[in-house]
Amino acid sequence: MEINYYIFLSLALFAIGITGVLTRRNAIIIFMCIELMLNAVNLLLVAFSKMHHLKAAAGAVTAGTEGQLFVFFIMVVAAAEVAVGLAIIVMMYRNIHSVDVNFLNRLKN
Amino acid sequence: MEHILQFAWLIPLLPLLGFLINGLGRKWLSKSVIATIGSGVILASFVFSLILFLDVRGGQTGSGVVHYFDFIRVGNIHIPFDFQVDALSSIFLLIITGVGFLIHVYSASYMHSEPTEHYGRYFAYLNLFVFSMLLLVMGANFVVMFIGWEGVGLCSYLLIGFWFKNNDYNYAARKAFVMNRIGDLGFLLAVFWLFAKVGSVNYSDVFSSLQTLSGTDITIITLLLFVGATGKSAQIPLYTWLPDAMAGPTPVSALIHAATMVTAGIYMIARSNVLFTASPVTQTVITVIGLATALLAASIALRQNDIKKVLAYSTVSQLGYMFIALGTGAYVAAVFHVMTHAFFKALLFLGSGSVIHAMGGEQDIRRMGGLKGKMPITYWTFLIGCIAIAGIPPFSGFFSKDAILLSAFTHEGMFHQVVYYLALGGAMLTAFYMFRLFFTTFHGPFRGTHEQEHHLHESPAAMTIPLVVLAILSIVGGWVGIPEMMMKGGDRITHFLATVIPMHEGHAVSHSTEWMLMGTSTALVLLMIGLARSRYGKYKEEKETALGKTLGNKWYVDELYDKVIVHPITSLGNWLEEGMERTGIDAIVNNVGRGVQYLSRQIRLVQSGQVGSYVLLMVVSILLFFVYQFFIKK
Amino acid sequence: MIAFLLILVPLVAGTLAFFLRNGQGARGLAMLSSLGTLGVALAAVLTNDAGSLAFSAEWLPMLGAKFSLQADGISRLLTLLTAAAYPLILASTWTHEYKNPNRFFGLLLLTQAGLMGVFLATDALLFYFFWELALVPVYFLCSTWGGERRIPVTFKFFIYTFAGSLLMLVGIIYVYSKTPDSSFAQTSFYEAALSGGTQSWLFWLFFGAFAIKMPVFPFHTWQPDTYEQAPTAVTMVLSGLMVKMGLFAVIRWLLPLLPIGVNNWAVSASFLSVIGIIYASLIAMRQDDLKRLIAYSSIAHIGLMSLALFAGNETGIQGVVIQMFNHGINIIGLWIVVEWIEQQFGTRRMSELGGIAQQAPALAILFVIVALANIALPLTNGFVGEFLMFNGVFTSTAYDGNYTVLGRWHVNAAHLSLVFAVLAGIGIILSAVYTLRAIQKVLYGNVGERTGMVKDIRWNEKIALIVIVGVILVLGVYPQPMIEEAKQAVFDLLKETDISTMIKK
Repeated sequence: MEINYYIFLSLALFAIGITGVLTRRNAIIIFMCIELMLNAVNLLLVAFSKMHHLKAAAGAVTAGTEGQLFVFFIMVVAAAEVAVGLAIIVMMYRNIHSVDVNFLNRLKN
Repeated sequence: MEHILQFAWLIPLLPLLGFLINGLGRKWLSKSVIATIGSGVILASFVFSLILFLDVRGGQTGSGVVHYFDFIRVGNIHIPFDFQVDALSSIFLLIITGVGFLIHVYSASYMHSEPTEHYGRYFAYLNLFVFSMLLLVMGANFVVMFIGWEGVGLCSYLLIGFWFKNNDYNYAARKAFVMNRIGDLGFLLAVFWLFAKVGSVNYSDVFSSLQTLSGTDITIITLLLFVGATGKSAQIPLYTWLPDAMAGPTPVSALIHAATMVTAGIYMIARSNVLFTASPVTQTVITVIGLATALLAASIALRQNDIKKVLAYSTVSQLGYMFIALGTGAYVAAVFHVMTHAFFKALLFLGSGSVIHAMGGEQDIRRMGGLKGKMPITYWTFLIGCIAIAGIPPFSGFFSKDAILLSAFTHEGMFHQVVYYLALGGAMLTAFYMFRLFFTTFHGPFRGTHEQEHHLHESPAAMTIPLVVLAILSIVGGWVGIPEMMMKGGDRITHFLATVIPMHEGHAVSHSTEWMLMGTSTALVLLMIGLARSRYGKYKEEKETALGKTLGNKWYVDELYDKVIVHPITSLGNWLEEGMERTGIDAIVNNVGRGVQYLSRQIRLVQSGQVGSYVLLMVVSILLFFVYQFFIKK
Repeated sequence: MIAFLLILVPLVAGTLAFFLRNGQGARGLAMLSSLGTLGVALAAVLTNDAGSLAFSAEWLPMLGAKFSLQADGISRLLTLLTAAAYPLILASTWTHEYKNPNRFFGLLLLTQAGLMGVFLATDALLFYFFWELALVPVYFLCSTWGGERRIPVTFKFFIYTFAGSLLMLVGIIYVYSKTPDSSFAQTSFYEAALSGGTQSWLFWLFFGAFAIKMPVFPFHTWQPDTYEQAPTAVTMVLSGLMVKMGLFAVIRWLLPLLPIGVNNWAVSASFLSVIGIIYASLIAMRQDDLKRLIAYSSIAHIGLMSLALFAGNETGIQGVVIQMFNHGINIIGLWIVVEWIEQQFGTRRMSELGGIAQQAPALAILFVIVALANIALPLTNGFVGEFLMFNGVFTSTAYDGNYTVLGRWHVNAAHLSLVFAVLAGIGIILSAVYTLRAIQKVLYGNVGERTGMVKDIRWNEKIALIVIVGVILVLGVYPQPMIEEAKQAVFDLLKETDISTMIKK
């Protein structure tokens, strides 16, 4: 199994995510980009986990499973994040009738 | 007779008690009670001093040191609180309590117009002064002496500023205290030097360990002690406080600024004569300073018009003579002159007080004149004082001044010859200014206001009796020091003091020379009196000359000190506060605080609130970290 | 146990005071507590039982820090001073009204607990703890009850002294890491393995904190402002007691802890002290505000004490120890007078005063005596301390080495001690100048507009001042008992600081 393909794919996903976060001002798009980055990491974790499992000695049945466990953690956290984040965005829209993050600088002063 | 010596502490204690009673009870006691207590304690001290004196003369007191308690004992420092009553201190005890008592009696009448409260305060201060002065002369080491030394300075301060509503007087008091303090620093350093080199400040230890001290050490110690003496005894360069000190009540001037306190420096040097004899350098310095002071002050006295100022400069000048005696090794002559000077100068001051009293506070001799008939007792006693200070035999001043001149003359070498002739010139000036004062005050027409003339009267008995007693002492006081050659068994004071001040071998001059010197000085003095009489016997205004103006303005020494010392120090203080403290050190401290605030304001700008910029910063930082981790760090 | 009571009594009373509703009750409680503390402190001085003067309990065992107290001679004198000062302060300000008196007196008593702890602690961490405990209540006292400019001034005071404390904390932790048994105990600290080089830089960490507290030139600029702005009762605590913390800390935590560092820097520290004496005296001569005058006068006096500390010999340190006590008593006397003047006339400017001696002779007499003690006149307590300190400086051998000034004059240790003594002596002369100037401007002369209608001091101020004057005179005439009290402690200290037998190198 060639690990490099997975690495390049997740790098590409991650880069797309970062670019989206940096360049877009719409809160929902930024939110989706963050999800994209998280999933890029998830992909990488799963790929590595599989690789370790294949390479491991026959006796070690659980080899490489930690990576997959982490993926579940991340997915749970991401779900929680979506719940809180979307709620914030909804509140934001109710308050300022926009989801443009550039308006979110009230804390500055 | 050890037990009599054990009661020596009573001598200073009694005035201290008087101080406490009068000081605390000044609001409740009546004036007569205050005066009785004030004078009574001094009289009692005088009686005790007399008993001790007779004891010492009988040779029964041994070393005369009596121990009371340890004042300070730390490590190698041990300062006992001891008294020493020997020939030297017993003479001073008699002068202080004797003259002091007369002046207390005089004061009782002189200060009578003061409110009771201030009357009590006055006597309290006066008693405190006597207490301090007694400590000064009775102490058996330099530290106890220093306690008295500063104590008399304090009392002098309090009494000069006695009329504290007048700010000029207060200023004079402060000046006196501060100038004394400058001298005291010298004294204190000498004490430390002694501790460092000898390990003790007891007179007996110090004088017996002379061999262990190097010549340099002795010179430094004696010079530092002499600095102390210049402050207290008003010598160049620290003499300017004494004339200003005349702001105090006249009896105070008589007691403190003529008879006792200002002679503390002479007492101290006579006490440590062993040290001073061992340092020729210091002796020369003392002679030069003493001579310069004697002449400078005498020249200023020629053109002063305030009756007390003339006497003040005369005191400075006479103190200069005492220092000449000390410098030429004639310690006995110095002590002798202290004694006679105490008599006649106290007499002159009290006489001037009597005049001022009669004139209703007027002190300018140009507005006096013709007092001869109105105040006969004051007149005659004042005349006796003038003759005594001028130095005409057989009045007391003649013998003591002659002893001083003789000691300068008997030394070999150019230097001492010059000293002798200049000192003789100074003696002539003394005669001249004293009789200028005398004739202007008592002879000629009266020049005051009608009101003053109406009130002119002889002073009451409480004031004239001390005058008479002092006048008698001014005549006979010198007879304890009649030279051997005039009278067999004469010069008793030298023999009496021999236990403290070793006698040196016989005079180097023959009797005929000595007779000739005496004759010359007497003739010259008489000549000057004649001159003064012809010039001032009938009052004429003095012409304004350049020299006269300079003398009248005291050679502008006060102005010089102001310019050179006082002014720079105050401007330095100003600069330190404005330039250094505010805009320097404190500004640095504040700017550190301001700098931190400024930095935090700048750094705060990074927190723009733009989420995008935070993320960008984060990404860029992570990239930089990766670049560092994988490409730069090896 | 006695040692512990010294801290416990003010701590408990201070905490209680916060909960009292009645202002006068809080004042009474404070007075009662401070009198009780005074009794305990007297017992500490009089007792022969060495065991009761020490106290030890577990505190933070995992760090090696113990709650251990010990009252040696020097501590006993300073705790006695602290205990004696509070009744005087409370009595003299008895008629002064404060907002929220319960908090005021509570905080005041907490400072006393902190001070006691500083003077008694034999554990470095405990010492640091009390050091801050004494500081924090002062911050609140000044910023709540102070004068007009209290906020910026107090802020500066707090930040300045706190910065110093942090330096010290760094130093303490470093020394802790070098102790043989990982303990904060004083004895372990003295045995810490510190090389000469280390001691040199550690010196500045500790001395920085102490120099700010004392304060020594040029770290003094917080002081005049703070004294001016703080309420007078707090100023008395600050100047009479808190500055002694700095001096005491040098005795307990600097000289024996870093003997080589002290030896290396003695000349520099002495120079700073001497400059401070002259500098502060010259500025004091120009002051018109009485509080600032006394503040600068205090800086000059502290400079002399710090100079004598670094002289490092028995007479010098003995002088400092008794002068700490005397200065505390005397300066409280001066503040009482200033407080009275400010209450009576609403001003502290000397140019607006004058002639008070006619109206208030009792005040005048007491003020003059206290002022004379301030200029160290013989037979007042000030003389004994200053005499010993001067002597210590004059005979000091602590000024190491040879120096060349401007490439021409060679200066050795003996010269330096002479120079220091003479310069400090000039400070004594200047002290006479400014003190007498103040006396003249305040007491003498004619009465002005403000000073015409004034009554003499009240009973509470009179009692406080009479007690102070009594102490001044008694200790001025017979100082030996006080010297004996501190003798053994000074002797032990000198054994620790003797670097000739040092193996720490």
